[in-house]
Amino acid sequence: MAAQIHEAHRHTEHRIWDPDAETLPRDGIEALQVERLRELVTRVARVPFYRDHFAHREIGPHSIRSLADIRRLPLTTKDDLRRQQPLGFLAVPRKDLARIHGSSGTTGRPTFVAYTARDLETWSNLCARFLVAGGLRPEHTAQVAFGYGLFTGGFGLHYGIERVGAAIIPAAAGNTRRQIEIMRDLDPEVLICTPSYALTIADSARELGIDPRSLPIRFGHFGGEPWTEDMRREIEDQLDIAAFNNYGLSEVIGPGVSGECPERTGMHIQEDHFLVECLDPETLEPVPEGEPGELVITTLTREAMPLIRYRTRDIARLYREPCACGRRTTRMSRVTGRTDDMLIIRGVNVFPSQIEEALLRVEGTTPHYLIEVSRPGTLDEVHVKVEIRPEIFSDRMDRMQALCERISREINTVAGIRAHVDLVEPRSIERFLGKAKRVLDRRNLNE
Amino acid sequence: MKLQQLSLFLENRPGRLGAPLETIAKAGINILTLSLADTAQFGILRLIVREWDKAKQVLEDAGWVVNLTEVVAVDVLDRPGGLAEALAVLEGAGLNIEYMYAFSVRRGDKAILIFRFEDPDRAIAVLLEKGLHVVDGDELLSVVSA
Repeated sequence: MAAQIHEAHRHTEHRIWDPDAETLPRDGIEALQVERLRELVTRVARVPFYRDHFAHREIGPHSIRSLADIRRLPLTTKDDLRRQQPLGFLAVPRKDLARIHGSSGTTGRPTFVAYTARDLETWSNLCARFLVAGGLRPEHTAQVAFGYGLFTGGFGLHYGIERVGAAIIPAAAGNTRRQIEIMRDLDPEVLICTPSYALTIADSARELGIDPRSLPIRFGHFGGEPWTEDMRREIEDQLDIAAFNNYGLSEVIGPGVSGECPERTGMHIQEDHFLVECLDPETLEPVPEGEPGELVITTLTREAMPLIRYRTRDIARLYREPCACGRRTTRMSRVTGRTDDMLIIRGVNVFPSQIEEALLRVEGTTPHYLIEVSRPGTLDEVHVKVEIRPEIFSDRMDRMQALCERISREINTVAGIRAHVDLVEPRSIERFLGKAKRVLDRRNLNE
Repeated sequence: MKLQQLSLFLENRPGRLGAPLETIAKAGINILTLSLADTAQFGILRLIVREWDKAKQVLEDAGWVVNLTEVVAVDVLDRPGGLAEALAVLEGAGLNIEYMYAFSVRRGDKAILIFRFEDPDRAIAVLLEKGLHVVDGDELLSVVSA
């Protein structure tokens, strides 16, 4: 899993933003986690979902004596959040909120996440930690090519950079040519975006006749979608930079749950704020250290919307041996899969059920369809194959093209992505006994 | 006065056109004429055959999605301007042509064209009123088999 450090970063010294917290010895980390977990149990009792559960089982702060006691607490799922929409998990009065973000939801409606002023403070600090671990210094300029909006990526990283004291170019997502012009004009050393967008920038530079290696960027912090070591090598070779991975999800805070140091032997989990379990998704028992399992996260310090044992559906491995960088925190591998069928398409969360919902709006397009995801160049591409049926077939070409456009529009409305619609001949999509296979992901995102 | 046209959905990839044609051939059905409309991704094959109901059946049995559409055969003078004159009549009457294609045989000094109109009955009435010759199905089939 350890990746050869890129030439550009070989001599980067280890620096730690928050040494008191980040280099706590194991027993110190665990003692802090138990203490914060006990406080958390008191605080979440303001949330009806948890209050009901605790009352039923006589759970209270007294139930938490060691970290192992976390298993007495209930799991929380995305469905639980959705059922309480919106803001049903607030543990503070509404007047105490400072910001609300959202993640794309399965019905095109976002799941909202609220923050108090102190949550925002914590979040900035967490982003600062992984940014500094991955080389950001106050004298640097960072170009943020993440979307600024409900999505947590843009604002999360923005305030993290500000906290470090570096200069920010809030370029936001899109308009790749302009991103390149900005880089050439302003000489930022750091690029913040999704890994696939980094490759798009390289492609676009070449199209403009610019050698992407000549761009001023020296390293990048990439996240928001799953990627591989191969992709890291591509990004580093094409742009001549060092590429660092970070992890987070909006439900628990956004980016800042974990991030890499120059050792790049996994992402350091910010364990003073998140208690991360790695469970077998079937049995919900902990997997042995180093084995893949579902990450289940408890937010130890979130005020506005604390979550207990949130099932991320992300599959990764945990490592607890000390890292050469001096941090003693548990590290996590890249996310290598999902326990549900969620796809991340160009940074947008998409569930196959959303595509089905879109197809259901166009009569006669179900039941036989297949979602094919590929990454032919640097960006994800989605093809939705729909078997032709007598009720949607017309001898007129204009009607057939209108049908394709209509399906594509519905998918865009429901799932927020652009998909190519391929009409295919009857019986050309494989039939399955039992549950149909609806998704063919050709991107090879597993390590 | 109308002809039955069979339409088939085809994916636009090598070998796809041959398969339905083979199915029809095996059933001993002769294709009188055909037209193919295509995009980069898929195509629509339109066929005129004598035994259209049998052809539809064998194609559907073989798994194709087949549409039946009424089209109108019109003969026009087979000389420069012959088609243009006929089209001028249609346009003058405000008849909307969805698509058209030519028949593979001639009849004397006439060429036969197949028109897909939005409203075939109204089209026929207009054509007859304007003195154009609409070729009746039986009549057409006897021409081709002759």
